[in-house]
Amino acid sequence: MTRELTRPLPWNWWLKKAVYFQFMMRELTSLAVFAYALLIIWALLSAADAGSFSTFYTFLSSSLSVWLHLVILVLSLYHTGTWIALTPKVMVLWRGDERVDPGVIAGANSILFLMISGAVIWLVLM
Amino acid sequence: MSDRTVLDVYRYLPDNESEPTFQSYELDYQDNWVVLDALNHIKAEIDSTLSFRWSCRMGVCGSCGMMVNGEPKLTCETFIRDYDTQTITIEPLSHFPVIRDLVINMDDFMEKLPRVSPWLIPDEDKPLEDGEYLQTPAQVAHYKRFSMCINCMLCYSACPVYGLDPSFTGPAVLALAARYNLDSRDDGMKERAAEVSAHEGIWECTYVGECTQVCPKDVDPAGAIQMLKLSYALDWARSVVMPRSSGS
Ligand code: FES
Repeated sequence: MTRELTRPLPWNWWLKKAVYFQFMMRELTSLAVFAYALLIIWALLSAADAGSFSTFYTFLSSSLSVWLHLVILVLSLYHTGTWIALTPKVMVLWRGDERVDPGVIAGANSILFLMISGAVIWLVLM
Repeated sequence: MSDRTVLDVYRYLPDNESEPTFQSYELDYQDNWVVLDALNHIKAEIDSTLSFRWSCRMGVCGSCGMMVNGEPKLTCETFIRDYDTQTITIEPLSHFPVIRDLVINMDDFMEKLPRVSPWLIPDEDKPLEDGEYLQTPAQVAHYKRFSMCINCMLCYSACPVYGLDPSFTGPAVLALAARYNLDSRDDGMKERAAEVSAHEGIWECTYVGECTQVCPKDVDPAGAIQMLKLSYALDWARSVVMPRSSGS
């Protein structure tokens, strides 16, 4: 019986290839989405009581909060981009015998995302 | 026209040494040489102890997969002239146990392959006199891409999920499950669910996507797995909303 050699992945495997690094960044940026979800939950919980809402409101107007929002926005946009890029893999559409071009599906999703985001921004600023 | 290159080749001789080493072979190569030609030249002219697998030499049998400068490649399709580095590093496919030199043990893959029932499972077998199961070109187009796999296992070597957890069913086997699930003559999706829609199956895939990039046959296992996720998730949702009509 020959001795076989097993080669476990080193801990830094994701630093060895750009694609693996991008994958890790995609996964890590989901934490930004999670952080914003926590912020929304805080907002909802504090809405019931005037005292805690004013604490939340004070936090919102702080420069820390502005920076936090900016960072979360950038990371969430990156994360959203990776999801939109993934849509043609999941939504395989056929027009008769021909597969709809993946670029068209990703493009349509991007336009939809921009339109919904635009509508939300318009609603908030109205 | 001939040129000179150095192949830095991974050596593991379990009878002589416990750790792998790298051995450099300097050689002249022709412009039309692929990496496999160079390895065969080494074996015939320089060092007959070097072990590696190959068979068809035309990208069909899937047995000559190796890491070339860290990328999983079919060495019979990888031209030396395309590497402008002085030295080309050749290693056995990542994530698989090494038996000797560039030869890996693929038992794990072979054991997983039949688990997803990669054959047609019709609800009812037609009697022979009814003739063939006919398909339109459009029906063939739905699964054709996923049927082109040559079991070269480059996708397993590119997949860090498999590298971290070898219990993951893996890209090629799941792509083959998708190939049958998408076939109009097949009704085996539910039968395959226990293997395919398991934690070690599609749900372990985190969509790194590199399996699709390295596939020499353009199979797109990453896409197949995402499609499987959607179809099994919809099937589950249907079974919750309409428990009776789903038949599960
Ligand atoms: S030798 Fe058959 S695929 Fe390379």
